[in-house]
Amino acid sequence: MKVLVPVKRVVDANVRVRVKADGSAVDIANVKLSMNPFDEISVEEAVRLKEAGAASEVVVVSCGVQACQETLRTAMATGADRAILVQTDAELQPLAVAKLLKALVDKEQPQLVMLGKQAIDDDANQVGQMLAALLGWPQATFASKVSVEAGKATVTREIDGGLETIEVDLPAVVTTDLRLNTPRYATLPNIMKAKKKPLDVVTPDALGVDIAPRLSTLKLAEPTKRAAGIRVADAADLVAKLKNVAHVI
Amino acid sequence: MSILVIAEHDNHTLKAATLNTVTAAACLGDDIHVLVAGSQCASVAEQAASIAGVKRVRVVDAPHYAHLLAENLAALITTVAADYSHVLAPATTTAKNAMPRVAALLDVAQISDVVAVESADTFVRPIYAGNVLATVRSADRIKVMTVRTTAFAAAPAEGGAAAIESLAPAVEVPGSRFVSQQLTRSERPELTSAQRVISGGRGMGSGENFALLEDIANKLGAAVGASRAAVDAGFVPNDYQVGQTGKVIAPQLYIAVGISGAIQHLAGMKDSKVIVAINKDEEAPIFQVADFWIVGDLFKVLPELSGELDKLQQN
Repeated sequence: MKVLVPVKRVVDANVRVRVKADGSAVDIANVKLSMNPFDEISVEEAVRLKEAGAASEVVVVSCGVQACQETLRTAMATGADRAILVQTDAELQPLAVAKLLKALVDKEQPQLVMLGKQAIDDDANQVGQMLAALLGWPQATFASKVSVEAGKATVTREIDGGLETIEVDLPAVVTTDLRLNTPRYATLPNIMKAKKKPLDVVTPDALGVDIAPRLSTLKLAEPTKRAAGIRVADAADLVAKLKNVAHVI
Repeated sequence: MSILVIAEHDNHTLKAATLNTVTAAACLGDDIHVLVAGSQCASVAEQAASIAGVKRVRVVDAPHYAHLLAENLAALITTVAADYSHVLAPATTTAKNAMPRVAALLDVAQISDVVAVESADTFVRPIYAGNVLATVRSADRIKVMTVRTTAFAAAPAEGGAAAIESLAPAVEVPGSRFVSQQLTRSERPELTSAQRVISGGRGMGSGENFALLEDIANKLGAAVGASRAAVDAGFVPNDYQVGQTGKVIAPQLYIAVGISGAIQHLAGMKDSKVIVAINKDEEAPIFQVADFWIVGDLFKVLPELSGELDKLQQN
């Protein structure tokens, strides 16, 4: 069974982003970029499926600028077998990414596509579900446990009220949540080995996909800051403030 | 121009998130319809019909909508959506699962987590864990969107008298089956709709110590939440998590205990009306968003707080 794992290069989770003064974009010059943390989890899960004998090959894919090759090398250093970059400098919105991935799925014929439930930059939480729809495949989103056997996947999902377990026939799309696993670190020998693994580059044009954005961003702004608060001495002081100043108890 | 709202429910009760979504819909126009898809869900349809401002309720009752699996729900919404300019659902896990599927089947973009409606085609949504607000315009013929419920007041649950009509179900989509559910039961208010919330972080040290928070929650009529660190450590179940990828809440009072305040946690609670933080680390980032804070050992402060609340109730 082949597993396809899309990964996104995003501003690192520990960076506090700033909007450019003209409100046109987020300033990402000189900012650390990393693999989307949810995608690290999906790479890890796919590699574990391979180590357990349930998967035969793990192919990672990224859509975006040339520098996404670094993200793909990172994924290969933690166990993915080969990589594909759909290279473009154009803005890519979730529907366009889903269409690019569908074109790759049609070529690669994986039985499972496993990707993060959302990217921590645009926080859209859309690509996995859109890809499943375009393929006409079942989906299991927000996975905190995945087991694959006999042509189906049993997936425990994190939902608002607790947990839900569903069963989907393969091929299927699974999106990963935080508690599915703890991703491993790449070791130096594996980073060296990853440099020799195959990395193919294709373009949206070559895949015949229209990636025109559907949403135009008119403005970006930072939310208004909260007024400065005050330090209180103890619980008695706190209760007095909540009752007499804030009027919330 | 009619607007379709997807009802959030459990086949018996309409969830409060639907009321906030109706308010968002009312920013777009007044011909608001609610779609109730479920199984044995007639009582939900009646509750939806009594929401103030709702003109029509469309009910689809069939066994394959019992668990609102994305494949079946999306196929249904996609056929119904043709009559509408906008399709809105609250940003719950049910809708986050199904709505992007709807958008892709309609070949339109989805606008996720809308916090403000500027016009019929222009919306504001948070990105980068709520550190940036993006104003976006959609050129698509049908706007598919999820609504951040904390950004819109609840429409009155009573006062409406919408007509209820039945629609035929869409053909069942194979390939996905419900197996089981493990829901957290609690006598306390639901986290997403509670007026008061007390949350614990890694500083709580163990799941047993959450009893200290539960004691105060009971006295305040509050829900109990947690940071990712506390959930990852196994102190409490996943549905307690407040943050960028957990629940986004905005209660009247939010008390953060032993939570340092990573930006991912702040994303889930920084729109609360009053924020209280209790932490022993004077440098904890949570203090930057707090209205009132105590620097101290939570194992000393929480029992004192509990005692003070008792005194308040006696007076």
